[in-house]
Amino acid sequence: MAGLSREDVAKVARLARIALDDVELDRFTDQLAQVLEHARDLEALDLAGVAPTAHPHGLVNVVRDDVVRASLERTEVLAQAPDVAEDRFSVPRIIGEAP
Amino acid sequence: MNALEVAASVRAGETSALEVVAESLERVAARNEELNVFVHLDAEGALAAARRVDERVAAGETPALAGVPVALKDNLCVRGQPTTAGSRILAGWRPPYDATVVERLAAAGAVALGKANMDEFAMGSSTETSAYGPTRNPLDPTRVPGGSSGGSAAAVAAGMVPVALGSDTGGSIRQPAALCGLVGVKPTYGLVSRYGLIAFASSLDQIGPFAATVAEAALVLEVIAGHDPLDTTSLPEPAPALVGHLDDGVAGRRVGLCRELVEGADPEVVAAVQRAAEALARAGASVEEVSIPELRLGLSAYYLIAPAEASSNLARYDGVRYGLRVDGPDVEAMNVATRTVGFGDEVKRRIMLGTYALSAGYYDAYYGQALKVRTRMIEAFARAYARVDTLLGATAPSVAFALGAKTQDPLAMYLSDVFTIPTNLAGEAALSVPFGTGEGGLPIGVQLLGPARSEARLFAAARVLEAEVGR
Amino acid sequence: MSLPEGWEVVVGLEVHTELRTATKLFCGCANAFGAEPNTQTCPVCLGLPGSLPVLNRRAVELAMAIGLALHATVSSSTFHRKNYFYPDMPKDFQISQYDRPINAGGYLDLPDGSRVGIERAHLEEDTGKSTHLGGGGRIHGAERSLVDYNRSGVPLVEIVSAPDIRSAAQARAYAAELRGILIATGASDGRMEEGSMRVDANVSVHRVGEPFGTRCEMKNLNSLRSLQRAIDYEAERQYALVASGGVVRQETRHWDEDRGVTSTMRSKEEADDYRYFQEPDLVELVPEPAWVEAVRAGLGPMPAARRAHLAALLDEPTPAQLDAVGTVVDLGVDDFVEAAVAQGVEADRAIARAANELAGEARERPGLTPGAFAATLRLEQAGELSATQAKAVLATLALAGGDPVGVARELGFERMAAGELEGLIDGLIGEHPDEWGRFCEGDDKLAQFFTGRVMRATRGQADGKVVLDLLRARRG
Repeated sequence: MAGLSREDVAKVARLARIALDDVELDRFTDQLAQVLEHARDLEALDLAGVAPTAHPHGLVNVVRDDVVRASLERTEVLAQAPDVAEDRFSVPRIIGEAP
Repeated sequence: MNALEVAASVRAGETSALEVVAESLERVAARNEELNVFVHLDAEGALAAARRVDERVAAGETPALAGVPVALKDNLCVRGQPTTAGSRILAGWRPPYDATVVERLAAAGAVALGKANMDEFAMGSSTETSAYGPTRNPLDPTRVPGGSSGGSAAAVAAGMVPVALGSDTGGSIRQPAALCGLVGVKPTYGLVSRYGLIAFASSLDQIGPFAATVAEAALVLEVIAGHDPLDTTSLPEPAPALVGHLDDGVAGRRVGLCRELVEGADPEVVAAVQRAAEALARAGASVEEVSIPELRLGLSAYYLIAPAEASSNLARYDGVRYGLRVDGPDVEAMNVATRTVGFGDEVKRRIMLGTYALSAGYYDAYYGQALKVRTRMIEAFARAYARVDTLLGATAPSVAFALGAKTQDPLAMYLSDVFTIPTNLAGEAALSVPFGTGEGGLPIGVQLLGPARSEARLFAAARVLEAEVGR
Repeated sequence: MSLPEGWEVVVGLEVHTELRTATKLFCGCANAFGAEPNTQTCPVCLGLPGSLPVLNRRAVELAMAIGLALHATVSSSTFHRKNYFYPDMPKDFQISQYDRPINAGGYLDLPDGSRVGIERAHLEEDTGKSTHLGGGGRIHGAERSLVDYNRSGVPLVEIVSAPDIRSAAQARAYAAELRGILIATGASDGRMEEGSMRVDANVSVHRVGEPFGTRCEMKNLNSLRSLQRAIDYEAERQYALVASGGVVRQETRHWDEDRGVTSTMRSKEEADDYRYFQEPDLVELVPEPAWVEAVRAGLGPMPAARRAHLAALLDEPTPAQLDAVGTVVDLGVDDFVEAAVAQGVEADRAIARAANELAGEARERPGLTPGAFAATLRLEQAGELSATQAKAVLATLALAGGDPVGVARELGFERMAAGELEGLIDGLIGEHPDEWGRFCEGDDKLAQFFTGRVMRATRGQADGKVVLDLLRARRG
């Protein structure tokens, strides 16, 4: 784990769709570097062969029956939208295609 | 105002839910401005709900929490009521549905007064990251109430309501309970449905109660626990019997005073834990010291896992469907503007930390490694619980600290959760119970920890400690 | 088209199919095409704060059925989050399967005998749908975009082939065969035009024996024809590029059906960072053997087996007959053929009629049952109806129903009395003595002259074969 750079923080901010000015970028770089520095104690551990735990308990096969439940009323759905047109959520133009 | 007494009295027709709720609203009015406890109050709705409870009682029903006023942490969805998770990005959002716990409380006759303040998206340990201003500790308004469920804790500590719900991802119920002199419970992962809880870190979040006494907390947990088909991670069994086991005592129980759960705490906190151990021993438990070195890794693992999950859970706040939108020339610019304005610094820090921990080239070193530490921690707890039934330690390293004391130093703030985090990583049960006071007469909480589904035993032990300090 | 000797195209296909469930993958909203915008949504498929996904059992079973039909191994799997921002994705992540898909490894045998490997077939959720205002409805140049979340959360299975395909025609055959399998499992209706089956093609070219070239991904392939044309175009484009000393860049390309060209849609130069991690709101899926076997037991025969079965009804089938067999299976009207054959109709006739007369409105023929189909063909075989008449009866039955005899009568298709026909033929001989003379001298081409006139006079109701027999008998 090399130290966290300003460029790293700028890159994750872009990925996370958050804008940072120069002052914020410096501050966040310092703060995040500190937290990651604290996480260095994990780096030293030999955890080869240890299975990762993504879930605290081992439930499996939790499924529901394929039975229709009522959807929300459209008026209620769209009432919360910042902008609506033609019964759809309206957003400024989309520049790139979906991956 | 004790929830059990209120419910009994309303059920018996001695008082009406309407009177109880009206009084409760008066107490809120008296101190809410000073303490900033409720970010949204629904007085009319509460009074109407109280009337409906009175009608149910008149019709012969005997709801467990008849007429009991409650405060809900503002990350619990209530249909038609503002629900912001303490964030500007959700300003004005009114969910079209109720959280499962909200439904269950209402079915049991409890009456929600409104939404209690919290750290933004539950990220914080002092309720100072809320977009709606900090909450003050009712016991000393120059101090924080703890967090992230600080509003819920303060509502109970100020006597506005007898019980409240919070959520605990790394200590967010237990730490404010300790700092406000309350009982606070982090149930076993999956015991309480998370449906309708605005997610912070999905594999760690649990909803739980605050109350002045162990019995009240147990009753509320009984009401909200039990399988929910709307939450895949909900445990399959119905709610456990808790109230019936409150007086089981600790005779014959084995308690482990855990070194890693007191090290680094203020001496007065360590002393309180020591006295708690002695009290449990006097009540018939065998007490031994145990060491679980893996717990020292909890904080590091937590501050990779929780932000990683949060970075994904909070992606949806993009200005498209609900909440804040700050417009821009194209959709990406709109997303960026909305999130930049809508999120506070602590949330941004964690989103970026989590994004980094999951990103290409770093996943294995950070997130992957943290998940393995999580495995180690679960195994270490299991080894400890093969020797003892219950672990004892501190809840927080100190009594309530001053407002602003840690806001400029994120790592120092994160260290407030060092004793509570391991339980969340393991998905197990823990609670904090007041035990003595420290600096400035402020309360100290001790923490009791047990394996999954051990709540009844933890409540019984907490009850012993509660009796010892004369509550 | 073809590449020069020594060069070949390498194709791998990614097929997304919507599953025919009643509800979405993670919530109880209806999975139905064509509803009013945003009427089939709920907190879960809108990604509202606090909502949680719960997996649809039927979707899991259909995914397993697809895997089993493709000879894949069904194993324990997990769901992951694929994180990226896009307005039609309400959580700004897609729940998909990543390193542990429900189905892995498998193959698909094509009618020509070739085999294409299947790498995986995994479950994931669909996104909502955006439309674009201004700029002619295309994403480029649009002023605003509008999002409908009805499709958000519809269950999909993505089937990823190995890069085993070596021609556009083979790619088309693979997609067609896979489509038949998806329909046969009941997992999908296979409608490419409605987007319920979507095919993306990874295309590269290389000199045989050398490593594969850089691949490009083709999107917007809305029919089997588009798929084939796009691959042919793209292979030529890449070859021309390489042959002239250029390099192929890895990118996503859009197929323009009208212009018949592909164009750059999205460069893949900056590697996407989807930050996959296991979905904490869902648990592991561990299909026990009994569950898998129950799904396997519910599988009907797959297209290859059905084709073999129908072909076996024919003696030494011709290529044209085998084509008809393939069409019958593609249309899913095997049961019509079976019913007709069971009632004594010749297999050749049953297959030909099913292939030709049940196409088109194959799905919209409420009145035409296998029994009525069989009965109509029996009338034809018995000479009660001419071929033309039989086809008309089938068309009428498909639209309006009824019994074949009654329909024939209503259409005025009474069997012509033999005497009536003979009288007609006598008249024609009188009118055309020269032609008749040449026919009698052995010029068989003139048979067509007379039968054509008989058919015209009877408005197609006479049986051509009967007329020919009468003409030959008269000639002596």
